[in-house]
Amino acid sequence: MSQPQGKGGGAREVKFVPDEEVVKHIADDAGIKLRKDKTQLIVNVKRFVKRLENISDDEAQEFLEENNYVAALGICAQGPVGNGSNVSGSEVYSFQTPKRSSKMAELASELAQTPEQSVVPDHAEFPEKTAKTPQSSKHSSSNKVQLRSKKKEFVSTTPYRLRKRLAAPNPYLESESEYSASCSEEEDEEDQKEVNTVLSSRKTPGKTKAASTPPPKNTLTKKNKEDKMNKLVEEYFEAHSSSKVLTSDRTLQKLQKRRLNQQTLHDLLKKAPLAYADEIKELNQQHGSLFSKWMLQLNLGFNIVLYGLGSKRDLLEKFRTSVLQDSVHLVVNGYFPGITVRSILNSITEDVLDHIGTFRSLLDQLEFIMKRFKEDSSLELYVLIHNLDSQMLRGERSQQILAQLSSLPSIYLIASIDHINAPLMWDQAKLSLYNWLWYETTTFSPYVEETSYENSLLVQQSGSLALSSLMHVLRSLTLNARGIFRLLAQYQLENKDNSSYPGLSFQDFYQQCREAFLVNSDLTLRAQLTEFRDHKLIRTKRGADGVEYLLIPVDDSTLTDFLEKEDEDV
Amino acid sequence: MSTCSVSKGCFVFKPSPKKRRVSQKTVHFGERKDSGDTDLQFVTCQALWNQIKQELEQIQEDLNKQLLDNLESFLRRSHSEFQAKTTEWTYRMKSREIPTAALVLGVNVTDHDLTFRSISEVLQQNVTPYIALLEAKDCTGIKNLMQKLMGQLMNCYIDVDSLEDEDNVQVSHNRIRCSMTSLVNWYEGVTKKTSSETPSKKRTSSSRHWLSSPIVVIFKDMESFTTKVLQDFIVISSQHIHQLPLVLIFGIATSPMIIHSLLPHSVSSLLCIELFQSLSCKEHLSTVVDKLLLTTQFPFKLGEKVLQVLINIFLYHDFSVQNFIKGFQLCIVEHFYSQPLSILCCQMADVKTRVNSLSHEQCENVRRLPSFRRYVEGQVSENQIALLTADNYLKEVVQKLLEDLHVYHENYIPVLRCLHVLTSSLPKYPLGKQIRELHCMCLEDQVWETEEYESALQLARMLNKSDLVNVLQQCVEIFVSSAVKEFDQTVEKLKEFLTQFQKLEVAEAFQERDVSVSSQKELQKKTDLYHLQKSLLELKESRRSKKLTKFEMLRFEVVDYIDGLVRSYLAPADHKTLHEVVYFNTPSVLREHLNAAPRIALHTALNNPHCYLKAFSTVVTAAEGPDAASSDQVDDIIHARFIRAVSELELLGFIKPSKQKTDHVARLTWGGC
Repeated sequence: MSQPQGKGGGAREVKFVPDEEVVKHIADDAGIKLRKDKTQLIVNVKRFVKRLENISDDEAQEFLEENNYVAALGICAQGPVGNGSNVSGSEVYSFQTPKRSSKMAELASELAQTPEQSVVPDHAEFPEKTAKTPQSSKHSSSNKVQLRSKKKEFVSTTPYRLRKRLAAPNPYLESESEYSASCSEEEDEEDQKEVNTVLSSRKTPGKTKAASTPPPKNTLTKKNKEDKMNKLVEEYFEAHSSSKVLTSDRTLQKLQKRRLNQQTLHDLLKKAPLAYADEIKELNQQHGSLFSKWMLQLNLGFNIVLYGLGSKRDLLEKFRTSVLQDSVHLVVNGYFPGITVRSILNSITEDVLDHIGTFRSLLDQLEFIMKRFKEDSSLELYVLIHNLDSQMLRGERSQQILAQLSSLPSIYLIASIDHINAPLMWDQAKLSLYNWLWYETTTFSPYVEETSYENSLLVQQSGSLALSSLMHVLRSLTLNARGIFRLLAQYQLENKDNSSYPGLSFQDFYQQCREAFLVNSDLTLRAQLTEFRDHKLIRTKRGADGVEYLLIPVDDSTLTDFLEKEDEDV
Repeated sequence: MSTCSVSKGCFVFKPSPKKRRVSQKTVHFGERKDSGDTDLQFVTCQALWNQIKQELEQIQEDLNKQLLDNLESFLRRSHSEFQAKTTEWTYRMKSREIPTAALVLGVNVTDHDLTFRSISEVLQQNVTPYIALLEAKDCTGIKNLMQKLMGQLMNCYIDVDSLEDEDNVQVSHNRIRCSMTSLVNWYEGVTKKTSSETPSKKRTSSSRHWLSSPIVVIFKDMESFTTKVLQDFIVISSQHIHQLPLVLIFGIATSPMIIHSLLPHSVSSLLCIELFQSLSCKEHLSTVVDKLLLTTQFPFKLGEKVLQVLINIFLYHDFSVQNFIKGFQLCIVEHFYSQPLSILCCQMADVKTRVNSLSHEQCENVRRLPSFRRYVEGQVSENQIALLTADNYLKEVVQKLLEDLHVYHENYIPVLRCLHVLTSSLPKYPLGKQIRELHCMCLEDQVWETEEYESALQLARMLNKSDLVNVLQQCVEIFVSSAVKEFDQTVEKLKEFLTQFQKLEVAEAFQERDVSVSSQKELQKKTDLYHLQKSLLELKESRRSKKLTKFEMLRFEVVDYIDGLVRSYLAPADHKTLHEVVYFNTPSVLREHLNAAPRIALHTALNNPHCYLKAFSTVVTAAEGPDAASSDQVDDIIHARFIRAVSELELLGFIKPSKQKTDHVARLTWGGC
């Protein structure tokens, strides 16, 4: 317990002393008091160095402590399945950057199979850079100066070639936010890659070298300390800089590839062979053997949460179909974008408890459910929630309600989580309500269902979904109604090149419908349009002149598809 | 019916009612490959757990007793003043002070529920029927608070009264405007009714309560209430305190100072606060460990690593005794689920029948136990053959071994306690302050081999007499109360030591005085600094080389005796044959299920080259066919896979679309923006 406290105190000291030093240093630079401060400074430096040592000691000890703790938790015993639970954090998260960065570069070069752009430029440019760094550190001898010359310094730490390239567009950088420096479109791809590798490797080795370059003059300790401090400051500002991140300007639209829609994406993925299918299958079978254990533990008052990479939907479905067939259960697709806690509670009250009526608030509803379940001990309900951590359910209130629900002894909850930060949803109180038992079920299977609703940026939106729903709705309509819709669609397609097309005005539309013998009065058309609007097939807009315009909110290609399909049907 | 839909997220499945009948009572361990009487296992497990649960409830009750008594007397006091209209109450009434109990419960918030439940139960029984339990999450505004408060109070009124006029009350409850005045009116109505109604009938039903019982409002989690709500409530109710005997109870997790930091002086001066401290969670845990683990009452035992994991989770994560118990429950379930021989983990009385009814398969299971094999190897060859072939002989031996194990536990516990008594009085606690630490050490290895034990004994050899006598007396008590026959001799021996110490007392006093007087005399004689130094050194030398006094001899004897006890009774359990039957020793299971690390799981899964390759297959395939990459014609399938990879990353929370630029994502974990 005392360990973290001591450490915290140490950290505060470090932050505090540099400030003091900086102030003193500025005063020193200004040349007001020379002799007096000098001695004081040295004392301070000594103190500072001592503290630094203390801190590193502390850290080492803390690391040891942590190790002890982890060991005490019993990692030593290896479990049969699972790759998370038996590994200590330090093993997984330990820093391996220096090793890895070069490795990654080599790997990349190997993979790309382009020998001319291997890591060589990378190395060639470092000496140049290190030659520059002492200058920059001189610049930054006072904190103020350093802050002001931040931009300049940044330029000087980048490799020479890149810097040359950067020098020209630098003025644009301020004015044109869309333009980013690292990318110049006329450059060929090779160059681009090179820059990227350089950029990525720049950070770590460059920094350490800059820090380790021996200071030209001045007292050694002071220089060292300054360097360290500068490094800290630099790192801080680098990490927290709000300056634009250099990103590529090559958007996907520049690919000669049109965006895929959901359907084609799905089809394509189906065709793509699943790698390591056998192993994955075996893994899933192993998970399947846990079903009876889950049932037992659910019945003993625990709730179960599944985590790990890969879609757990199929696993839960298998659990449901093999074990839960004979009991009342509720399946909740958490990843469904329209899911709410209310809809979950509603399906419990309406479908499970056969209650008719509404509730004033969610809490009332929850209270009702809890009361019913407490009164009637024969009531039992298994709740399966796919993705308990989904966008819609992760809110504090939703989790609170679900937790309270799951704390009922006759409601058995089994849920899956995927998001890496999902456990942050729960505080101690909720955790104790949930009474979780954690199971690692890494399946490696693709998240097909879960991501199908995800508004992925790379997938063309409202494509097949709208088409299928269009077909669906229209098929249930009368022939006349379909005719009316066709008319509107055709008109819209005829005007597809007109970018300022406002839609078809109601009067014109009425005229056309009459001519086609589809309606006989203003009123019937209006009734029909209301129906369309209810199904979100059309949208009405009032123009500037007060006239009502009708529009189908579907893109042209879908509309064309639709008309083609309609023609086939007829 | 499929659970994929684009329009719905919830699906309810109801089996036909006929089927449901069948599915009743299907809770069991399920069918498994390894043979074992699963039903019996389950029944044993349940029986054991129920027994333990009862014990736990008892413990909880006992621990809270003190607190509850104090609270109760506080309520009575504050209330009786109201009833008697004594001067003090009128004084308080004038100054509008509300009697308040501040209940400091500690940071283990999860355990509070249980405490509050028992508090309200007890109060309901003994003090007043009018109790409202408020939680911060229900009371976002003063209006909600009043609603909740009145709802709870009026419901309880229904409970007390007959259920006939339920509709009546229900309607009024819904219609009533939630204000303090209506609450006062209601209270007056209720109290009048109870007092005016036929006293004989009413008295008998509610004789436990006094007339005009106080209204107790419990704020479960005082810290999470918004200050505004609290202030408003306190100010408003202080206006009505002369009509309404209101008593507040604040549940506080941090420190009582929080009241003053939450409430301004003008408000807190309206409260007449009395502080109550509940038992700290550490003490609670010690009691639980004491009553659950260090007893022969329950046949089930925890292994060293498992206990360590549970204690670590308690100490490092939540301080929650409830969670500790949950972990314990999981241990029991796991043990009975995974160990087919766990049917033998039962009360000694049942052991004989159970051993006799072991099937051949089960006997084979026994033979497969590592500890049993070790035992067999230590036997003579004829005996070995008999053990490995004849089931009946095996059963006899198993029964005997189990009895031995039981005896071992019976002896283990009192000796452990004695050792704890001895070592816990030593400076720096070389063997741990708590008995659970000592227990862990003893389970882990032969404790007398450790350095800590060595140093503890060394320290014990330097104890002064009064401490030592004290320790011995406590040891005698422990052995006597353990009521194990085997220790009769030990008790005799310890008592003998005690009498010897008493005899020594007189003689020693003489000696001491002699030595001190003579040395003092010497010191007085020489005034020269050099000589003084020399004589002091001599004195020291002589002390070191001096023959041991009788007391010291006796002290050595006592410590050696205790050492002997330790060596003969505190052998670690996994040296005992058949310890697998009663000890649960798979800490990895616990860690996996209670203290999971989803991040690590994800990380390792992604570190896995297989998945790495899959996710970035685009790179790989692009490298394989440089033509395709250079011609900018990305293969459709690769494109699709890339899309999937991106959306999966989004789902897992690694990236999110950065709104600033099209087609760009921001990294969220491991050093993102």
